[in-house]
Amino acid sequence: MYPEDLRYTKEHEWVRLENGRARVGITYYAQDELGDVVFVDLPRVGTNVQAGEAFAAVESVKAVSDVYAPVSGRIVEVNEELADRPELINEDPYGRGWIAVIEMDNPAEADELLDAAQYKALIEE
Amino acid sequence: MTDSAAGRTPKRTPLYDEHVAAGARMIEFAGFAMPVEYSGIIAEHKTVRSAAGLFDLSHMGEFSVSGPGAAAFMEWAVTNKVANMKEGQARYAVICKPDGGIVDDVVVYRRADDFLIVANAANIEKDVAWLDYLRRSWPGEGGPPVNPEDVVIRDLSDETALIAIQGPRSEAVLARLTGADLSAVRPFRFVEDRVAGHRALISRTGYTGEDGFELYIAPEAAVPLWRALLEAGGPDGLVPVGLGARDTLRLEMRFPLYGNDIDETTTPLEAGLDFVVKFDKEGFVGKEALERQRDQGVPRRLVGFKLEGRGIPRQGYPLFAGGREVGRVTSGSMSPSLGEPVGMGYVEAACAEPGTLLEMEMRGRRIPARVVEGRFVER
Repeated sequence: MYPEDLRYTKEHEWVRLENGRARVGITYYAQDELGDVVFVDLPRVGTNVQAGEAFAAVESVKAVSDVYAPVSGRIVEVNEELADRPELINEDPYGRGWIAVIEMDNPAEADELLDAAQYKALIEE
Repeated sequence: MTDSAAGRTPKRTPLYDEHVAAGARMIEFAGFAMPVEYSGIIAEHKTVRSAAGLFDLSHMGEFSVSGPGAAAFMEWAVTNKVANMKEGQARYAVICKPDGGIVDDVVVYRRADDFLIVANAANIEKDVAWLDYLRRSWPGEGGPPVNPEDVVIRDLSDETALIAIQGPRSEAVLARLTGADLSAVRPFRFVEDRVAGHRALISRTGYTGEDGFELYIAPEAAVPLWRALLEAGGPDGLVPVGLGARDTLRLEMRFPLYGNDIDETTTPLEAGLDFVVKFDKEGFVGKEALERQRDQGVPRRLVGFKLEGRGIPRQGYPLFAGGREVGRVTSGSMSPSLGEPVGMGYVEAACAEPGTLLEMEMRGRRIPARVVEGRFVER
């Protein structure tokens, strides 16, 4: 449920590093806590975001959850499919449920992120 | 009573272990550990609309009002007419303060020897204190035209469990467990009989917009009855349903939720509950204030609206008309039946007409919203 090839944040985002870009979504744990996702508020392509800044929101029937940028950079892609199929976040959180791709200002920032073992330890606390 | 949520271990209903064993996600609600969902809110919601769902509502409050002055006291304490009810009838009503603010919204049952008031869990202590204050007040000081000694108020909340079965298959499922003639129990009527061998007050009421029953039982009957109902209803698709779907089901019907859509700062006239305010009654708490509001016109109204852009209405979001803030959202969600975002909120009376275009502010953006008439989902 927490793929080894991904990096994670304490706020329950995952990051897949793709040649200086970071593909971002929310973890299995995050979607499970939220329940049925019914709306994803996507950022605009071209927006600059700072690491730690809320740049998207995922809403379930009951709750609103901000999505924080794991790294700083420019949004170069967003998952438009989520507009009509927000439930992809529940069904495939690490695949078709991705949220956005960030072109990193400083790829070294990714070194600060948690690995799978560290993230697992965090949620099992 | 502001500390009710903080620092106290939540109370458990008799069905707590059943919920945990079924894998429910538990939350604290009104001081109780309650199931918010089992299989998922949307699936549970749709099952109630198409088949049937089982709800643990044992957190709710039940009070008995008896004694020779009970009928006159009740007529004074609530806005609806209840003294003319016959045994076996139930009626929705509102308890108001003298200024017309809503203390609670309740269902009143007329039993042979008393009135049973069913109240919101978060309001149990407040309601009992308020009703007892009224009982002790004399006419002239705002009290009822009744001798305080002639009214007995008892809080039965801890000795009463409540299970609801709601949805089109409810009668068929329940009929397998009781000898009561359910077809003769019309909406807002009740009988006292046995279900799966346990004594129950069987009431054709609910908060979902579906046909269904509410079963008031002794706490020790809760687990066996819960299990018997799930077993009897399995072939019909009966599943346990949590508070999450209870909220979306009532929202689609535009039933107000105390604490969201109504509270002590709102009146039943503002909330569109005029049908439970009987101005032709001799007297009741809040009558003068509500008459004034009726004559002068309400300043704001609770409306239902649909978003015409992407987003989800949430409690507290501001509502605008013509660029000016005119109100706030009180409840909102994605309607599982419609797949559309719907909400309720108070707006200035001039903006309450169906068809009015509003804007809802969500995370700094304005989303168009349209006032709609009536229920979001027709049943």
